[in-house]
Amino acid sequence: MGETLNGAQALIRALEHEGVDVVFGMPGGAILPAYDPLLDSPIRHVLVRHEQGAGHMASGYAHATGRVGVAIVTSGPAATNLITPLQDAFMDSIPVVAITGQVAQTNIGLDAFQEAHTWGISAPVTKHNYLVTDVDEIPDVIREAFHLAATGRPGPVLVDIPKDLFADTMIWHRPGEINLPGYKPSVKGHPKQVQAAVDMIHESQRPVLYAGGGVIRANASDRLRRFAEVANLPTVTTLMGRGAIPDSHPLALGMPGMHGNYTAITSMQRSDLLIAIGARFDDRVTGRVDAFAPGAKVIHVDVDPAEISKVRKADIPIVGDAGAVLEQLIFAMEHFLDTKPAPARETWFSTIREWQEKYPLRYDQDPDGPIQQEYVIQELHRITGGDAIVVAGVGQHQMWTSQWWGFEKPRTWINSGGLGTMGYAIPAAIGAKAGAPDELVVAFDGDGSFQMTMQELVTAATEGINVKIMVLNNQWLGMVKQWQKLFYNERYSATDLSGGIPDFVGLAEAMGCAGLRAEKPADVAPIIEKALAINDRPVVVEFKCDPDAMVFPMVPAGGSNDDVVLGPEDLT
Amino acid sequence: MRAADLTQHVITVLVEDKPGVLARISAMFARRGFNIHSLAVGPTADPNLSRMTVVADGPEMEQIIKQLYKLVNTVKVTEHAPGAAVEREIMLVRVNAEPKRRGEILDAAGIFGAKAVDVGKVTITFELSGEPGQLADFLELVKPYGIVDLVKSGRIALARDPKTKNGRRTELRSA
Repeated sequence: MGETLNGAQALIRALEHEGVDVVFGMPGGAILPAYDPLLDSPIRHVLVRHEQGAGHMASGYAHATGRVGVAIVTSGPAATNLITPLQDAFMDSIPVVAITGQVAQTNIGLDAFQEAHTWGISAPVTKHNYLVTDVDEIPDVIREAFHLAATGRPGPVLVDIPKDLFADTMIWHRPGEINLPGYKPSVKGHPKQVQAAVDMIHESQRPVLYAGGGVIRANASDRLRRFAEVANLPTVTTLMGRGAIPDSHPLALGMPGMHGNYTAITSMQRSDLLIAIGARFDDRVTGRVDAFAPGAKVIHVDVDPAEISKVRKADIPIVGDAGAVLEQLIFAMEHFLDTKPAPARETWFSTIREWQEKYPLRYDQDPDGPIQQEYVIQELHRITGGDAIVVAGVGQHQMWTSQWWGFEKPRTWINSGGLGTMGYAIPAAIGAKAGAPDELVVAFDGDGSFQMTMQELVTAATEGINVKIMVLNNQWLGMVKQWQKLFYNERYSATDLSGGIPDFVGLAEAMGCAGLRAEKPADVAPIIEKALAINDRPVVVEFKCDPDAMVFPMVPAGGSNDDVVLGPEDLT
Repeated sequence: MRAADLTQHVITVLVEDKPGVLARISAMFARRGFNIHSLAVGPTADPNLSRMTVVADGPEMEQIIKQLYKLVNTVKVTEHAPGAAVEREIMLVRVNAEPKRRGEILDAAGIFGAKAVDVGKVTITFELSGEPGQLADFLELVKPYGIVDLVKSGRIALARDPKTKNGRRTELRSA
C-alpha cells in the first residue's frame, strides 16, 4: 500500500512526478493548504506580484524550454487574473498548466468569499479544464492535464481544486494509464497525401514554404530547414515561427504579413503553391482573405484538423505532427528526386532576389536625431552576436524586433502573437530566464506595454532572475498613434503618454533593479555594454526614442497584400 | 455571426458522460456563430457515454464538426444526411376541445396515432411522437381548434443500420 497523503501533499507530489522544477504563483485563502507542502518540495516557487504575471511567466518558461509551464494561484480574483494569460497561451499554443484553489465544496454556488465560477470562466480560454471533486482524482487529473497541455496542439489546461480536498486524505498512487477516448492526436500524415504533396511541389514553378509557430512547438526546425533545402523552397516564417529557419539562410525570406517585409509578403501573393506547416492563415498574415495569394494552391500541414481549410481551402490537407510529416515529406521528396530532376525555378528565385534588392527593410538613424528603435535592436544584436533569448511586449517595438533581430535558432523569440497582450514582455522574460538561467534573456518593451506589468520587476529582483529590459520609450501608445496618424486624420485620441511618463531609471532602482538611460544615438552602444555587464540584478534601460516613427512596411488592416505600403512616401 | 441560413443539419455527438460536457458543446456552437435549433441529451448503451442530437442552422457544418472533435470529451461526431438516420421528436399539445367538438378532434388524432393523455373541461392534451414532419402536419390539423400550449422535445436521431440504408429511404412508421 502507498503512503497516506492529504490532497495538498498529493498535488505537490503529482507536480514533482511530472518533473516540474519551478512554479509561478501567489498564495491566498483557498490555495493556502497546497503552499504548506511546497516548503518541503524541491520545486522552486517564484512569488509573483500579480497573478497575470504568473500566467505569462509560465508561458515564457514553456516558450524557452519546450516544457510545460506551471502557474498556481488562489480562487476568485486570482483565478480571474489568470484568464488573460490563459487566452494568450491558447492563441499561441503554449503548454501551460494552471492550478487554482476553489472555495470548499460546501460553499460552491453560495457566492462565498473569493468564489468565482473558475471552471465556467476558463473553459473557453483553455484546451481543457477540470473541477476536481474527489481527492483520489488528483494524481490522474494532474497527469492528464500535463499530457493534454504538451501533446497534439499544445495549450493551456486549468485544474480547479476546492479547498476541502487539500485536507482530505488519500493513499498515494502513481497515476494510471491516460484514459481519454476522445483525444487521439494524429502524428504521421497520410502517406497518399504526402505523396500527392510531393508531386504538387515538384510541379510548382513558384512555391513558398510558409512556416508558423507549430514548427517551433513541434521542435521540428531542423527538419523544416532540411525540407526547404531538399525541395528548394523559399521560406517565410510567421511572427510565431521566427527562428524556424535561420534568417541568414539563403532560402529564408523573413516575416510575411501586416508588418512583414516586401519580399515575404509578395512572394506569397505571387506564389502558385503555398506549403503551410504549423501556420494558420491568421488575418495578420493574409490581409483581405479573398485577395490573398490568389494564384496559389495550398498544401496545409497541421496537427489540428480544425485549422485546415478554416480560413483558406486546402488542396492537400495533411493532419499530423509538423516534425513527423516533415520527415515523411523529406523522405518522399528525396526518393522522388532519385528518378526525376530537381526543378531549378531560376525565374522564381531571380524574381525573389530582385525584390530583396529593390525593397529591403530600411530605416535611417540620424546621428544627431532621436534614437530609432531599429537601431537599438540592431546594436544589441551586434554586441551580443545575437546569442540571446529575445522577448517582446506588444506594439511597434514588437514588430521592429521581429523584423530586425535576425533569428538563427528556434525558441529564442518569445512574444504574444495571437492575442497581442500588452505587458507580456517582463513576466515572459522572467519565466524564460527561470527556465533557461544560463541564457542571456533580453526583453524589448514599449513604454506603454512596460507600465502594464512592471511590478514583476520586484519579483525578478527578489528572486535573482536577472533579465534585461530594454524600454523603447517613444512616449506614445505608438502603434495606435500610427493608425490615428494614417487613418484618423492625425486626431490623437488618448494615445499621448508624455504627460505622465514615469522616471524609468528611478522606477527600476526603486524595484531593486539597475536603471540606465540612453538619450541619444551615441549613447546606445555604451549603455548596452554597461547593461550587459551588470549581472547581479535585473537591468532596465530606457532608450529615449523617436516619438513619430512608424512601422513599415505595412498592409493596412482589411487591405490586400498587393497594396504594401513601404514607407510614408507611399501615403499621399 | 454568420448570415442566417435555414438549412438544418442533424448532428449526433457522442461524448464522455462528464460534468460540464453539455456546457462545453453548447458554448462551442455559440462561440463559432452557429445557432442551435434543438438539442437533446441522453444516455447510451454504454454507461460512460452520452449522446447528444443537435439540430443546427448554417450553410455547412465542417468547421463546427472539427471544433466539436477538439473538445477532449467528444468521442464521435456524425452529421446525418437527410434520410440517413431515424429521426424522432415527441410533443405534448393542449388543444381547445369543447364537448361538442371532441369527437372530431379525437378522430383526427386517431389518424395520426396521437394519444389523449389529459382531458379537461374544455381542453384535451395529446401526446404524439414521430418524424418532425408528422408532428408539423398534426399541428396544422389541430390549429383551427386553438392550440393552448405546446411542448416539444429536441429531435433525437440514430443512424440507420448501414445494411438497410440502400433503397430504404421511406421510414417504417411505428404502429
